[in-house]
Amino acid sequence: MLELIKQPWHWSIAGILIGLTVPALLLIGNKKFGVSSSLRHICAMCIPANISFFKYEWKKEIWNLLFVVGVLIGGFLATNFLSNPNTIVVAESTKASLAVFGITDYSQLMPSQIFNVENIFTLKGFFFFVVGGFLVGFGTRYAGGCTSGHSIMGLSNFQLPSLIATCCFMVGGFFSTNVLLPLIFKLF
Amino acid sequence: MRIKKSIETRHQDAMCTNESKKSENTFASNLKYLLVGIAFGTIFVKAEIISWFRIQEMFRLQSFFMYGVIGTAVVVGMISVWLIKRFNIKTFSGEKISFEDKKFNKGQIYGGLIFGIGWAITGACPGPLFAQIGSGFLVVFITLVSAVAGTWVYGKFREQLPH
Repeated sequence: MLELIKQPWHWSIAGILIGLTVPALLLIGNKKFGVSSSLRHICAMCIPANISFFKYEWKKEIWNLLFVVGVLIGGFLATNFLSNPNTIVVAESTKASLAVFGITDYSQLMPSQIFNVENIFTLKGFFFFVVGGFLVGFGTRYAGGCTSGHSIMGLSNFQLPSLIATCCFMVGGFFSTNVLLPLIFKLF
Repeated sequence: MRIKKSIETRHQDAMCTNESKKSENTFASNLKYLLVGIAFGTIFVKAEIISWFRIQEMFRLQSFFMYGVIGTAVVVGMISVWLIKRFNIKTFSGEKISFEDKKFNKGQIYGGLIFGIGWAITGACPGPLFAQIGSGFLVVFITLVSAVAGTWVYGKFREQLPH
């Protein structure tokens, strides 16, 4: 059984389990599935700076912060106790595209050629950590949600704004991957 | 009036505006969400959704994997929400489950595009960011701090941005 769990899970298993998070949170306490709000609660908690957008009782949203702490712990547990002994299987065509950028290390879930402590103070690190992270935080809040709040919770509840947001996430991602990344990789 | 405004600001973000009257909001009563989070983080790692490579495959249309995950999750979510509404299912503590409609604003377009660009660069939406850090990719902590900064800058300049 443990051997089976250690294998990478099929997309349908992952999809079903992620989908079940929606009713789980609703049934436990009428909570709407969403992750990016946690970033706002962190702002409200740590640096509200008298900005009206961050002046609310974040303590009422503590469930959301505990939820993301749980995600972090889950990541730790799964990696340390249930991890797949084999390397990740990635589409050959993707591997070929990424090799052009010098991404060839598939020993971990993240490419060591980018997500490496040594890159922190380099231009590469600046783009992939600082700029990328900023766009994620700024964009999700501007859009009012991320993949969880809009694409999963919002679409589950047939919300047209969530469908629009999801389409824009995808358009942004296609543009970024196919147009911006090749330009960014030319810098280093 | 002030309370109403505060509720409106919170509504916008699918936050919990419908506070439970039962003994909620104590640390202990919220621990169950920690458990759901742990399960969620485990799924992220085990299905390799936190992998930067998976996001690359998705945006290059070279693998069906992420489309399968998100599509299945949406279908399961839709059925769940439908069942809850249809049979008026209550929470475990017997309270009504409520749904609010989201209002359209242009932020969903501009913000959506911006987030999409960041998603492909970092290989993570906010959820996987936390799971990546837990998995031992400690540099992602910088990405997370930067994402918090991005959220803060949005809050700061919100009034000036087109919505």
